[in-house]
Amino acid sequence: MQAEAREQDSLLFNSVLKTGPGYYALLFVLISTVLWGVYAYITQFQEGLGVTGLNRPVYWGFYITNFVFFVGISHAGTLISAILRLCQAEWRRPITRMAETITVMVLFFGAGNILLDLGRPDRVLYVFRYSHFTSPLMWDVISITTYLVTSTTYLYVAMIPDIALLRDRTGGLRRAFYSALALGWTGSERQHRTLQIAIAILAIVVIPIAVSVHTVVSWVFAMTIQPMWHSSIFGPYFVAGAIYSGIAALLLTMALLRKVYHLEDYLKEIHFDYLGELLLVMTLLWLYFTFAEYITTYYGHDPVEMRVFWEKITGRYAVFFWVMVFADFVLPFALLCNRKTRTIPGIVVASISVCIGMWLERFTIVVPTLVNPRLPWARGLYIPSWVEVSLFAAFLAGFILLYTIFVKLFPIVSIWEMREGREQGVAEAVDRIKSYLPEETPG
Amino acid sequence: MPRWGMIIDLDKCTGCRACVVACKQENNIAPSTEDQADQGRLISWMNVLTVVEGDYPNTRVRFLPMLCQQCDKPPCVRVCPVGATYKSTQQGIVGQIYPRCIGCRYCASACPYQVKYFNWFAPRWPEELSPPRNPDVAIRPKGVIEKCTFCIQRLQRARDQAVIENRQVRSEGEYVPACVESCPAKAMYFGDLDDQSTEIAKLTRSARAYRVMEELGTEPNVIYLKEGEWIAG
Repeated sequence: MQAEAREQDSLLFNSVLKTGPGYYALLFVLISTVLWGVYAYITQFQEGLGVTGLNRPVYWGFYITNFVFFVGISHAGTLISAILRLCQAEWRRPITRMAETITVMVLFFGAGNILLDLGRPDRVLYVFRYSHFTSPLMWDVISITTYLVTSTTYLYVAMIPDIALLRDRTGGLRRAFYSALALGWTGSERQHRTLQIAIAILAIVVIPIAVSVHTVVSWVFAMTIQPMWHSSIFGPYFVAGAIYSGIAALLLTMALLRKVYHLEDYLKEIHFDYLGELLLVMTLLWLYFTFAEYITTYYGHDPVEMRVFWEKITGRYAVFFWVMVFADFVLPFALLCNRKTRTIPGIVVASISVCIGMWLERFTIVVPTLVNPRLPWARGLYIPSWVEVSLFAAFLAGFILLYTIFVKLFPIVSIWEMREGREQGVAEAVDRIKSYLPEETPG
Repeated sequence: MPRWGMIIDLDKCTGCRACVVACKQENNIAPSTEDQADQGRLISWMNVLTVVEGDYPNTRVRFLPMLCQQCDKPPCVRVCPVGATYKSTQQGIVGQIYPRCIGCRYCASACPYQVKYFNWFAPRWPEELSPPRNPDVAIRPKGVIEKCTFCIQRLQRARDQAVIENRQVRSEGEYVPACVESCPAKAMYFGDLDDQSTEIAKLTRSARAYRVMEELGTEPNVIYLKEGEWIAG
């Protein structure tokens, strides 16, 4: 049994210890895209933000949309992982690490989009020097920084035993790297206890932080008095949307890793099915929130808001809006509510659709309002420039790049937690279920 | 403390745009090219908005000079993360600190009057025009927000003089922004709204006085006198 377990889990070391030509090819593509983005950014840095498609009154466009989108994707990881851990969902074990990694990696690019958007990136540290906490942007700075630190700690702490395993399997520089990170982990009883407590505390702490993050992101818009931004539903609406796009991104990541690293024994159909059902719930929640938001606007019939409303429903942004409705509701709902299509390919299609749809949602929140300000003049139109499109591509590539590098450095499935599941989880689950039932009285 | 304010009588405004030109000269604003204007990148702290009403031949043109409304409760100040736009408690003017602005454009997105302007590029003056020559006004670099400051540099000068003469700046006439000074129709008035003896304070009590989008609670210090005195009479 023990030998078999070790044999099974050795598959999980493969991604770290073996590298094929395909990996380098991917690396090449990703790095090229990132370098192209660097060129685009240098252009913008030298010339000014005029190289974008932004104007008056459309002061915000792709960068802010991508900021909201990427930060939304980050809700996949730590939050889902923490909730599953706290619920003692045994099926979480192969998923948590890959989920948490998404959060940490994508947050850099979420926050990075704010940097792209600044007219004076050289002054970015002024937000600490001259902080004005009346500004929702400052709330974002605080919340996202806290989230990044907590999520990184959470990812790292739960990885220490695996780092120790790698330390014992590698030599030279790599060994030095892993043994520094392993913090002298020996796997003793006491260390395990400390680890469990640390993970439990972090899992609890990270949930309110994650909720706060997308709430304050939404408040950047909701705290202004601009039409269709000034909405009290925005906090929960954004959080729900973030979790929605996050789960979709997680499912995509799972499907890719499963295929590339042959993790079929770890990421089984059942994992996709469970998360697919969760995605289905979020689909309906998304519809509920969107419907509530739009019907309230319609019945209020404030002419200023109605201009933005019709711009989205029948106007110049109708294409974006209706594709969003299709991609966020019609297609994923159709695929996920049917057991026959809630298969891995079906879920992958639904997830891609949700990611596209949620990007469109962010876009149709940011831009149509700015295009139709309160005063009937200074109307604008926004078409992103090559710089903005390139930087979007570069940021996506950069995120995937960091992720693939991470996969090369650390096992993407938590090995010690898989073992723990095999050795203790099964027995614990049986005991737990027994404890739910009335005690068996003899005779 | 004075509360500096402006009154624009729309009955008198001819839409000549002298104020627009005077403002650009006074405040070292680079002229925009036609391309920039088409893209919505025009910078003009003072704009004369034109509204054409009715169909030919029964048409009517209205003008509305639009500048920063110098709100007492400015939505832009609240959202600035670094305090680069601020409400001066000393003189009631919404000011800008150009060297501190990080260029996030949050204030511009939050302003319901659309009167904050962003430097999409570094300012450029065509060769035929002499470069900006008002030494009292900083030239804004690329990447920062700018807007009307009620020609705060003129207030500074008036205050310096007042200090020398050991008195306060006079409530009316001594400190006047360039647009008000240039208006050939004398449609604009400027002064301390809190000093009840001034003409401007009297005009605020006119039945024609209104503030743009008063319902938003921004409490602007730019007050308009709506058209109608001649028509109604």
